Parts: sequence; C-alpha cells; structure tokens
Amino acid sequence: MTDTEKIYQILKDLTDEDFSDKGDTNLFETGLLDSMATVQLLLEIQTELNVDVPVSEFERSEWATPNKIIAKVQTLK
Amino acid sequence: MINLQPYNNPTYFAIILTGLLPVMIGLYYGKRLRIYESLISIVFLVLTFGGDHWQQGMALIGYTIFQVILTMSYAHYRHQKKNQTNVFIALIILSILPLVIVKLTPLFPNHHGFNLGFLGISYLTFKTVQVLMELRDGTIKEISASQYLHFLLFFPTISSGPIDRYRRFLRDYENPPARKDYLQSINKAVFYLFQGFLYKYILGYYFGTRLLPVVTHLALGQRLAFGGTGISWYLLAYMYVYSLYLFFDFAGYSLFAISISYFMGIQTPPNFNKPFIAHNIKDFWNRWHMTLSFWFRDFIFMRFTFWIMKHRWLKNHVRISQLAYLVNFLIMGFWHGVTWYYIVYGLFHATAIIINDYWLRFKKQHQDKIPHNRFTEYLAIFLTFNIVCFSFLIFSGFLDKLWF
Repeated sequence: MTDTEKIYQILKDLTDEDFSDKGDTNLFETGLLDSMATVQLLLEIQTELNVDVPVSEFERSEWATPNKIIAKVQTLK
Repeated sequence: MINLQPYNNPTYFAIILTGLLPVMIGLYYGKRLRIYESLISIVFLVLTFGGDHWQQGMALIGYTIFQVILTMSYAHYRHQKKNQTNVFIALIILSILPLVIVKLTPLFPNHHGFNLGFLGISYLTFKTVQVLMELRDGTIKEISASQYLHFLLFFPTISSGPIDRYRRFLRDYENPPARKDYLQSINKAVFYLFQGFLYKYILGYYFGTRLLPVVTHLALGQRLAFGGTGISWYLLAYMYVYSLYLFFDFAGYSLFAISISYFMGIQTPPNFNKPFIAHNIKDFWNRWHMTLSFWFRDFIFMRFTFWIMKHRWLKNHVRISQLAYLVNFLIMGFWHGVTWYYIVYGLFHATAIIINDYWLRFKKQHQDKIPHNRFTEYLAIFLTFNIVCFSFLIFSGFLDKLWF
C-alpha cells in the first residue's frame, strides 16, 4: 500500500467514509473528525507510516482535508 | 502617579491610539518600529500596573523574571538534545506554581498582606505553559529572551486575552504586513473597535449595570420561594440577564484587545463566534471564549488522550474521551477559581458534553430514522442556549448568595 492509500484507509476506519475521490472535504467543518478522532489519526500515522507527529505540530487549518493530511505527512517524513 | 485600567474609559482609547500613531505610520511604510514599540509597551504596562497598583507591578516583574529563567533554561536544555520527561514535568509544575499559589491563597485565613497576584496572571500562565510544551515537542526550536518577552507581555491582551500562540504571534511580529494587507487590518481594527463599544458600553452596560441589579434584588427577594429553594421566575430572569451581560461584556473587551492588536499589525485570534447560535455543547465550545477552549483542547484534552492511548492504559475510546472531558473541564473550573460554583460549572459542562457525545453517536447509528429539518435545528439551538445559560447561572456565583 502507498502512503496515500494508507491515509485513506485510516480515515475510512475513523469516519466510516471513503474519501479517495473527495480529497478536499473539510473534515473538521463537517464534524467528521473531532479532537478524539484527531488524536487517533496522529497515532495511526505514527504506527502505520512511521511518521512522528507531535500534538504541537497539529494546526487544524493545515490538516483540514485528506489532501492536506497527505501533503503534511510527506513534509514530516 | 496616575493609573489607567485597560479599555476602561474614553481617555484610555484616546491615549492608546495617539501613542500607537507612530507604530501605524511605520507599518504603513512596511516597517516595524521595534524600539518605539517596546518603549510604548512599557509605558502602557506602567500605566496599568503602576500608581496605586504598584504591588501588582512588582508581582508582574517577579513573575516575568521567574518565567524567563525557566523558559530559557529549558530551551538551553532542549538544545543539548536532552529530553527527560521528569525535567519537563518539573518545569511545567514550576511554571504554574505562581498561579496555583495565587488561586489557593484566598482559602487560607490570615492571608492578607501576602499577594503574588496581578491582573492577567491566569492568562500569562497559558502562554508560559504553551511555550514549554512546544519546546518539548520540538515545534519551537529557537527562542530569544527578547522575543519571549514581547510575546508574554504584549500589552493589548495582557489582562484577559485572547490567548495567542507563540509561533503565530512571532510570524506577525517579525513580518510587517504589505501595505494592502495592513490597510485591511486597519479597516477591521476600526470595525472591531466600534463593535466593541456597542457590545461593552451599550449592551453590556444595559444588561450589567441597568438590568442586573434589578433582577438580583427581585430574585433575592424570593429566597423562600418553591419550598425554600429560591427558584422563581425572577431567578430565571437573572439567568438570562447575567448570560447576556457576560457575553457582551467579555466579547466587547475581546474586540478591543483584537482591535488594538490589528492596529499594531498583530492578528490576535478571535474569542467569540456567535456562541448563542450553537446547535450543541460541542459546537458551543468552538464558538465561546475560543482561544481558551482551543488552548484546553490542544494542550489538555488532546495531550491527555494521546498519552493514554499511546500507553494503552485504557482500551475503550469512548471511556478515554469521557475521562479526558472530565479532566479538561475540571481543570478549567479550577482555573476560574477555587470555589464550589466554578468547579460545579466545570463538571456541568463535562457532563453536558459527554451526554452530547452519546447523542451524536446514537444519531450517527440511526441516521435514517431521525428527522433533520429547520424545526429540529431551531429546537437544538434553543436547548443549547438554555443549557448554556443555566451553566452561567452556576458560574455567576448567584446561587451561592441565594442559598448560603
């Protein structure tokens, strides 16, 4: 699985929705991710992709959509 | 010597805008007049914490020196790539210690004459803890005492927020805006200033100074009503009047602080976003005293859940979030002050948000069966508004007066 596929899979597990063809959905404004789900997301990224994301790194506006999450993970790699 | 409390009277606004005129002209030409800005900041700090408030001024100086030493030492320690959890915890404890002492002092008899407190200590502590946490996470790598002081003592927000973030503040401070953007900032600053006047000095004044004493008197007159509980229509009136006063007064103050920041080319984040149209408690905390609730979300709730999940101390995610809500809102309650009504206020909101989460999960599972239309939306707003106002009745401390 590529990183992108892994991230879509993590998001699917967390929200029960498939974002593969709607990568610009705002996950926070739509209420799909709350703080709790966000923490799960960060932990999953850590275990599945081996990318360490400290909570301080998490700025909602920079992580708001699946595409932004993918881009952000690439920069932190 | 004269003393001027922030945003308290027309003189303060006249002085502040005059004093900031050179800063504004500098920014218009794309330059931040650092030395002038630092000097004028000191002048305003002296006006607020000098004169007959000099004891607070001394406390502020002592507090600031203490925090600078802590932060610079920790930055130095982290620079050597050292990162022990015990050291980090010790520093956090030391950093909040002055605030804890100030909050606990009133509980002891004969505490008069001993006072470490000053206006704004609760708000400064959010900034000091935040910087230590980000140093630990490595998201703040370099820090100079001068930058730290500018952030900590930024005078427009020193007394009651909004609580800014170090990296965000520094970005604005170090990069003066382009002329087009600065003119837009001025535009907003003027708007916020007048919105603030409307909120604080017209609406806040009307609810707080005109109506509140009247309903207070009437509600206290009903002490024996409803089997001695004091529950009466006047108490209900007090609840709504106090809630509206609290909103307009605090939102008005926040607008002043944001307005003055914008004049100085610093885009201090907003504190309120139409909180009374929230359609549930979770939504409410994204709209009410936002810089405080976001601080708690990022530095308490998320870190607490992260920590528990990482160590797998609890498996059930629902339980983890419930525990985190309790911790989060209890600390918020204690932060407001160590009295039963602030702590009950915290517990009340924790309970409300836990119930809210149950409902949201239930709704998600039964999407097809639960109607959603304009009527249910209004009902949700109405319910949330009343639950929130009830929490403010607890917060106001009026029940303490009524019952004890």
